[in-house]
Amino acid sequence: MLTTNSAVARRPHPRRWLLAAASLAFGFAVIQPAAAQETIKIGILHSLSGTMAISETTLKDTMLFLIDEQNKKGGLLGKKLEPVVVDPASNWPLFAEKARELISKNKVAVVFGCWTSVSRKSVLPVFKELDSILFYPVQYEGEESERNVFYTGAAPNQQAIPAVDYLMSKDGGSVKRWVLAGTDYVYPRTTNKILEAYLKAKGVKDEDIMINYTPFGHSDWQTIVANIKKFGSAGKKTAVVSTINGDANVPFYKELGNQGVKATDIPVVAFSVGEEELAGLDTKPLVGHLAAWNYFESIKNPSNAEFIKKWQAFTKNPKRVTNDPMEAHVIGFNMWVKAVEKVKSTDADKVIDALPGIEAANLTGGTSKMLPNHHITKPVFIGEVRGDGQFDVVWKTKGLVPGDAWSDFLPGSKDLEADWVTLKCGNYNKVTKKCGGNAS
Amino acid sequence: MRNFHDRVVALVFVVGFLITGATLVHAGAYEDALAGLTTDSFIDTADAIEALAASGDPRTGPLLEALKDQRLLYSAEAKKVFIKDPSDKLTDAATGEAVATPPSDIDNVRLNNRVRGLIDAAIGSLTLMANESSQRFDAAQAVFKSRDPAALANIDKALEKESDPRVKRALIEARAAIVLYSSDTTAEDKIAAIAVIRDRGDQDALGLIDGLPADLPPAVRQAALAASSKIQGNLALWSALQNAWYGLSLGSVLLLAAIGLAITFGVMGVINMAHGEMVMLGAYTTFVVQELIRAHNPALFDYSLVIAVPLAFLVAGAVGVAIERGIIRFLYGRPLETLLATWGLSLILQQAVRTIFGPTNKEVGNPSWMSGAFDFGGITITYNRLWIICFTLAMFVALLGMLRFTRLGLEMRAVTQNRAMAAAMGIRTARIDALTFGLGSGIAGIAGVALSQIDNVSPNLGQGYIIDSFMVVVFGGVGNLWGTLVGAFTLGIANKFLEPYAGAVLGKIAILVLIILFIQKRPRGLFALKGRAVEA
Repeated sequence: MLTTNSAVARRPHPRRWLLAAASLAFGFAVIQPAAAQETIKIGILHSLSGTMAISETTLKDTMLFLIDEQNKKGGLLGKKLEPVVVDPASNWPLFAEKARELISKNKVAVVFGCWTSVSRKSVLPVFKELDSILFYPVQYEGEESERNVFYTGAAPNQQAIPAVDYLMSKDGGSVKRWVLAGTDYVYPRTTNKILEAYLKAKGVKDEDIMINYTPFGHSDWQTIVANIKKFGSAGKKTAVVSTINGDANVPFYKELGNQGVKATDIPVVAFSVGEEELAGLDTKPLVGHLAAWNYFESIKNPSNAEFIKKWQAFTKNPKRVTNDPMEAHVIGFNMWVKAVEKVKSTDADKVIDALPGIEAANLTGGTSKMLPNHHITKPVFIGEVRGDGQFDVVWKTKGLVPGDAWSDFLPGSKDLEADWVTLKCGNYNKVTKKCGGNAS
Repeated sequence: MRNFHDRVVALVFVVGFLITGATLVHAGAYEDALAGLTTDSFIDTADAIEALAASGDPRTGPLLEALKDQRLLYSAEAKKVFIKDPSDKLTDAATGEAVATPPSDIDNVRLNNRVRGLIDAAIGSLTLMANESSQRFDAAQAVFKSRDPAALANIDKALEKESDPRVKRALIEARAAIVLYSSDTTAEDKIAAIAVIRDRGDQDALGLIDGLPADLPPAVRQAALAASSKIQGNLALWSALQNAWYGLSLGSVLLLAAIGLAITFGVMGVINMAHGEMVMLGAYTTFVVQELIRAHNPALFDYSLVIAVPLAFLVAGAVGVAIERGIIRFLYGRPLETLLATWGLSLILQQAVRTIFGPTNKEVGNPSWMSGAFDFGGITITYNRLWIICFTLAMFVALLGMLRFTRLGLEMRAVTQNRAMAAAMGIRTARIDALTFGLGSGIAGIAGVALSQIDNVSPNLGQGYIIDSFMVVVFGGVGNLWGTLVGAFTLGIANKFLEPYAGAVLGKIAILVLIILFIQKRPRGLFALKGRAVEA
């Protein structure tokens, strides 16, 4: 209300002041989001603490490196890429919460993350509900193909089955007795089911297979290693197939070394132990133990050498190692970038439909292709541990192996097929010709 | 005379020619075998090793040793093999001459497990008559494992010259292994061999007898069955002892973690949820000490644990006193608040360590005297576990002595039994409380030094031990050190005897259920403290 009092009139009018301040604030508010919209946000969902930090921390750094490299090339669609890092702390329900936070609150266009299958299973409902994209870079047990997930890690037919084939061959030692040792959660349980079915199909008897599960972070391996020694001295060549995950591997390998279990007697082939997990161990007692992956840092190749050089410069550590899940993120990121450039948008539905068929170079001299079942083609390598923590490749597949989401060795899944391009279904039953066939 | 002279000269010529011819032929076998090492194929390398071992050439031994140590290099173009000695000088493996400039495409001869196994077997049969008795023993064991029939002649030769009874026994066993699996030995020989192997009686012997093919004469098969069941009975006994040993070592770990808690919980009735973090602080102190030693005086590494123990005690003890003076002092008589406060404190301590040191695991090395194992009868004893058991018992005895014989111990016991009376006698109970808490935390710190050797050092280290510590203290009886000792070892042995049948996960669950049932019957634990005012 206006007053005619001269003293008051000389004072700045409260209502006008308010109006002016409000419009200024409104102006700022309008301008700020416009400035913020210049970046495309990329979510990074890896454990930075807890039992899985030993494996996942380096994947967070890999994503920061890839985003940095892409920004140096000018970003994507004319905008800079911005990483959003969260720490789900090896806590599986927290993975789902953090995924929701990344998609709803931070509005990321895509998420690169997860390691354990239980963390992936926890976030699946979130990605389905909020319709976002997850790139999952780690070898896993298969039996899954979701529309919103792209699996750049190995399916069992790209890691577990070739490893068992190698051990059964003459070069691998003609193994006749098998110990399947794993951590107690879905990935080792399902992989061991597949391997047990595969071994029995190859004629291995029940009494020649020993299966054993331990909790995450298990540190007292005395009894189990002693049992492995006992099982392995029955006169037939024995091998251990290890799906042990996280830092429980460190006391396991230490106990193997302490009890004198040499690789020439009982070799251990691991699916979740790479250069990163060996970095904190004295590997001299472990020389000769094996790992099966689709990439090793020691593979000599110009693209691998260039990647390692740039990575070590980025982390300012000339001793920093590279491993297979890192390569999976490299392939996945490059495929996502190509898909976004193809459809000129980061909209999840458009990118999901554009990804199958996209090709990206891998770091071992070949090219990876995204298949309709959301898996990729990968070569398979078997490596032996060296005294310096690196691996010597002792065997490899002749070409690329396409990832098979539904294992042919389990009764509930051999009739299932995943195809998101023509069939638009992740678990199509070939026998009943219906989508949503029963999985095991 | 001249005829005779000519004949002698001719004879000498012929003999000389034959000798050189023989050595040339011999040298040919060795050189030919070497060619197989230049093709970078595991199959060719395996064949080359077998040919080298069969050649009988004295240069084979050093060559195979070099191959095993990854000191053997090859050039595919020049088709030559080179040995690198520890001073990085190269010699040509065929001629023995030094090589000044190596070829440009020189690379290590690659190994895989199968090739390594062949090398071990070959070296074994070559070193049967080495100078060192330990080398001869290892060679005999290698032949026992490989059962190489070609080594039989060498074994017999070595047996004639052998004087060391341990090595002689091993050679006899190796000979028996070859005889048992050979296709041209009689049934009597085989039965005698089975008797020798049965007397050896270990896991390898059982595997040897169980692995025999089925198509053997019935007398041999019967002898094998009898020997197998005898060995199995023997091994079952040793296996029980081995489980008892594992139980003891697990019990010592539980005791280490719980004994500090027994003092704070027992003496003061304070539920300290941050106890696990005291253990973690001790482990990190070990890490820091090792880092400093690695940086400034690597020669002291083997003593790093000895240096770390008093430091860990002081660090954890100081933190314990600070906690007591700062938080616990205000919450006496309010167990729920103490529980909550110390739980929050444990989270703060974890995050503090995570911020200072980073969230990933830290590498704490084992000193050389804690690595490896030795065999005691039929059981394997690893050094690290043995040292931890000794250390735990020493610590327990020291603590008992402190409580029994020192003034501080006397005052602590007085305050536990009857606080009001102790105060009336002139004991400063507040000071005793702080010191007791500090002592309990300090002991937890020392436990952390030992635990850093067998577990991962991470900010979450304490979480794995807090539940177990409370279990032990409650089971053994609150406030009673002997109760904690008996409780810890009982739980350890029970867990290890359950584990082979139920697995690690179910074993732990079963132990928990058993404790709950036990507490229903005896709520005060195994050894309860008696006294009128103990409840106060």
